[in-house]
Amino acid sequence: MAKLLEIEHLHTQFFTSAGVVEAVNDVSYDVAEGETLGLVGESGCGKSVSALSVLRLISWPPGRIVGGSIRFLGKDLLKLSDAEIRRVRGRQIAMVFQEPMTSLNPVLTIGLQITETLEHHLGMSDAQADARAVELLGMVGISDPERRLKQYPHHLSGGMRQRVMIALALSCEPKLIIADEPTTALDVTIQAQILELMKDLSKRLGVALIIITHNLGVVARYADRVNVMYAGKIVEEGTADQIYHNPHHPYTIGLLASVPRMDQHRGKRLVPIDGQPPDLTKLDNGCAYRPRCRWAIDRCANEIPPLEHVGDGQKAACFRSHELGDEARAVS
Amino acid sequence: MSAQAATAHTTRSPRSVEKGETLLEIRNLKKYFAVTEGVVVHRTVGDIKAVDDVSFTIRKGETLGLVGESGCGKTTTGRCILQLERPTAGEIVFEGTNLERLDQKAMIPMRQKMQVIFQDPYSSLNPRMKVGEILGEPMRVHGIQPDRAKRHKRIAELLAVCGLNPKFADRYPHEMSGGQRQRVGIARALCLNPDFIICDEAVSALDVSIQAQVINLLEDLREEFDLTYLFIAHDLSVVHHLCNRVAVMYLGKVMELAESDELFDHPMHPYTRALLSAVPVADPKIEAERQHQVLPGEVPSPINPPSGCVFHPRCPLVVDSCRAEIPPLRELRTGHWVACTQV
Repeated sequence: MAKLLEIEHLHTQFFTSAGVVEAVNDVSYDVAEGETLGLVGESGCGKSVSALSVLRLISWPPGRIVGGSIRFLGKDLLKLSDAEIRRVRGRQIAMVFQEPMTSLNPVLTIGLQITETLEHHLGMSDAQADARAVELLGMVGISDPERRLKQYPHHLSGGMRQRVMIALALSCEPKLIIADEPTTALDVTIQAQILELMKDLSKRLGVALIIITHNLGVVARYADRVNVMYAGKIVEEGTADQIYHNPHHPYTIGLLASVPRMDQHRGKRLVPIDGQPPDLTKLDNGCAYRPRCRWAIDRCANEIPPLEHVGDGQKAACFRSHELGDEARAVS
Repeated sequence: MSAQAATAHTTRSPRSVEKGETLLEIRNLKKYFAVTEGVVVHRTVGDIKAVDDVSFTIRKGETLGLVGESGCGKTTTGRCILQLERPTAGEIVFEGTNLERLDQKAMIPMRQKMQVIFQDPYSSLNPRMKVGEILGEPMRVHGIQPDRAKRHKRIAELLAVCGLNPKFADRYPHEMSGGQRQRVGIARALCLNPDFIICDEAVSALDVSIQAQVINLLEDLREEFDLTYLFIAHDLSVVHHLCNRVAVMYLGKVMELAESDELFDHPMHPYTRALLSAVPVADPKIEAERQHQVLPGEVPSPINPPSGCVFHPRCPLVVDSCRAEIPPLRELRTGHWVACTQV
């Protein structure tokens, strides 16, 4: 499949009073047309910032994209003017955020928020935009769309609001949708509805999807490929099957062993990862995962392991990934 | 740190309840919140039936999970047990005492035996108090450890039991990470030597790797101090891992109650089945083979709940009688209670 988005050596930093936070630290990945990529990791690992960087939604101060390139359909998004990037946002790349209450404007009706986008990006007339808005709401499973268009966000439940966000994201028929924790604020039965809807629509309309989440279950169910992030870097990359069944990075192995699973025996004790994620203002020249890693060696303290092929398209950033044999994987 | 060392400094009445016996019994608990209208004169225009006729028991030493989605009444049930809310009707019997009949003063000694761990380690710790003061205050209030030096020693022990450096007693909550704060919250719940702890979404706000650490800590403490937990959570995987028995709530009512393995292996209520099917498992192979039953619609408003079975508007098995009659909890297999007439 053709590459839609290619991110190379992206560096995004936040300049704070406590020091320079290296939120995204030399990240490279790509997204093919129509595929679903999962970006997983814990709070502060840079998964959201790397996605926000794609749309240049990092506000200065304190944040700034300090290096790298983001090629989308042949153009480097980082070199576009402000007016040009605004034409990409919402038109070609859309976003769905975690909290639908704060990402919808509370003083505008649902209808106005959808039609505004359509009129701005696609130059539709009021009547055309209204008709399209009704169609979009119907597509995301909102009943009685004509009435809903006249309502305000506070009239809707959390799940409904997230459906509106998805309708908004789809409104200009983008090539790529970035969904940042799209269901974290929702209940589990509603989460299932929203994720099934996104999966179904992205398949049907051929939209590529980046799902950013901390939930390993969501990724297992919906992603074709998975990037695991830790402390601003991608530590492992592969198909969902490779990541879950043949992990090569100690962090991935640790993460899988720390989630309780419904399909496993209850008595099994969880194997947590000891310690805590590092302070991103105080990173050194070694592997950031080293202090928590049970396989760390001297070399890990002096060199940053590069993301290297470990076979069959899978990549891992660990000096010992080839040695982490069945014994290590048995932990997970 | 052994259990004896941590408990040696307090005197306590001998435990009246043996392991396996009923520690807490809830009978027909109801909690309605009035919905009012009017600015000057408040008129009651309706009730939010947060908890509507809920009964269950918790045996000494077990962990009962209370699961359900937002607004199902699981937290309100916990707050009623602690008498943080006065129940509208029903009985709460703890170690043979009817808590809802006690006045504020008589409740104080009971509070020593029942503690709570809250969800948000950021808002449940006083930002102006050092960790040592947070842990010392309950002991001072309840007169458990009047001697200052002994109290400090006990605080250090509690921190160590919860996997924190005793030096943290001099720190403020903002100097700690979320996982460390939650450990302080756990230490605070332990400082009065309770028999019973309500964990209200105690691990929900934590990252996976830290969550596993706290889950293991809760398991260790249960073992070491003979604790009984009511574990309120929406994350079914965590509940499955930690709980002996599980009650599933929906819109203020218990839909199903069974041993954990039984409930997860043989869910009977259509709501429980949908709930379990909605939870994604962290394994793409299993996910590819699983049946995904997506429940239509949303949870109705508790102000105007559906007639009959509250689940009927979303239920795949609905028949006419469901709209009229409230299905009672029936024991369909040993210890497995289901509130549905169609299974």
